[in-house]
Amino acid sequence: MATLKDVQIKIGAVKKTKQITRAMGMVATSKLRGAQQNMDGFRPYAAKFAEVLGSLAEKAGEGASPLLVPREEVKKINIVLCTSDRGLCGGFNVNLITAANKFMKERSEQGLDFSFTNFGKKGRDWCRKNKMEIDSANLGIVGARFGFNVALTAGQKLVDGFLDGTYDEVYVVFSEFISRSKQIPVVKQILPIPPIETAEEEEVDTDKPYQAEHICEPSPAELLGDLLPRHVYVQIYSALLETSTSEHAARMAAMDNATTACNDMINSLTLAYNKARQAAITAQLMDIVGGAEALKG
Amino acid sequence: MAGNIILEVVTPEKSVVSEEAKIVVAPGSLGEFGVLIGHTPFLSTLKVGSLRYMDANNVERYVFISGGFAEALPGKVTVLAESAERRRDIDLERAKSAMERAQKRLTDVSKKQDVDFMRARIALERALHRLRVAGTRR
Repeated sequence: MATLKDVQIKIGAVKKTKQITRAMGMVATSKLRGAQQNMDGFRPYAAKFAEVLGSLAEKAGEGASPLLVPREEVKKINIVLCTSDRGLCGGFNVNLITAANKFMKERSEQGLDFSFTNFGKKGRDWCRKNKMEIDSANLGIVGARFGFNVALTAGQKLVDGFLDGTYDEVYVVFSEFISRSKQIPVVKQILPIPPIETAEEEEVDTDKPYQAEHICEPSPAELLGDLLPRHVYVQIYSALLETSTSEHAARMAAMDNATTACNDMINSLTLAYNKARQAAITAQLMDIVGGAEALKG
Repeated sequence: MAGNIILEVVTPEKSVVSEEAKIVVAPGSLGEFGVLIGHTPFLSTLKVGSLRYMDANNVERYVFISGGFAEALPGKVTVLAESAERRRDIDLERAKSAMERAQKRLTDVSKKQDVDFMRARIALERALHRLRVAGTRR
């Protein structure tokens, strides 16, 4: 049986931990709100963009841009791995990295090379540990406030790499934010751009049928050539937003669990403490009673 | 003029303008174009520059646009830009320092072919347009 003092110290320690986890949980909650606002702010742009792109792609026909054409021989794949910078968010990063790893295993039998574009420290650390080729690493973005230019710079690099043949395919691994309690890792192809009709962006006003016949300036094909790289940036930006939001949600859930676990521990420790105290009192009483009996005798 | 056209300027970060306008003039990549209500569906890329429009109270307003594209429909103009700022939101100090930085880079002739050089030129263009928009009188 632990002594009274030991149990008391332990209770104190767990209480302190609980304070920390609760504070972190609250910070994550407020950051989650901000991240969700960012996502909402992006939605009109994404919706409009998908709409215009869809109608243009139809008109310009296939093979209008090299970004749309799959390579016959795929040798090198770049994976854009979005993870968080910091830990303490449950299985969030592990899930993402597992998804990337599984994807690599599936594709690696054809003797492919992989390289990584990292967003987030956890993913980068994993790549370093496993001796992966890292093309660029961007820290301090996921989970913080960032602008579209981040996605723009990274996207430009990928598009250039794809055009000059450094990469034959580019995939992005990110965490899709479904709800506060559910985020799933997703592997999505961004280059070559998959057929656009299946654009998965949310629709904004379905009540208004889209009028497709536009006069285009410059020609539809040129316009499409201008828009497609932007499509890549938009995809990356949305992946980053989703991952950021998911990170905060995951951390919130993890901290919530930790706080609950702390409460349980405090309860059971308090019980142990009370038991020990009671045992000590009983022992003392026994002593006194025993002594009195002996004197009588 | 029969009525007002709805103008919307959206960037990936937020919606910058969403209001009625009498006329919208945008910097198309093949030249400036104006849009009134009832315009034929029209799609154009935009270059860096200023978008101006006359709001419902006949006040002329300016918005800085750093490239993107615009879609005009009979009742609505949508501008999708990488970044856009209303005149009053332009950060003058930042634009000025960006301009100076870009000019400094451009004077370094040794790197003429460099990617940085191209970037600096684009940055300079952006900064100049920002200043121009900010400097227009009411």
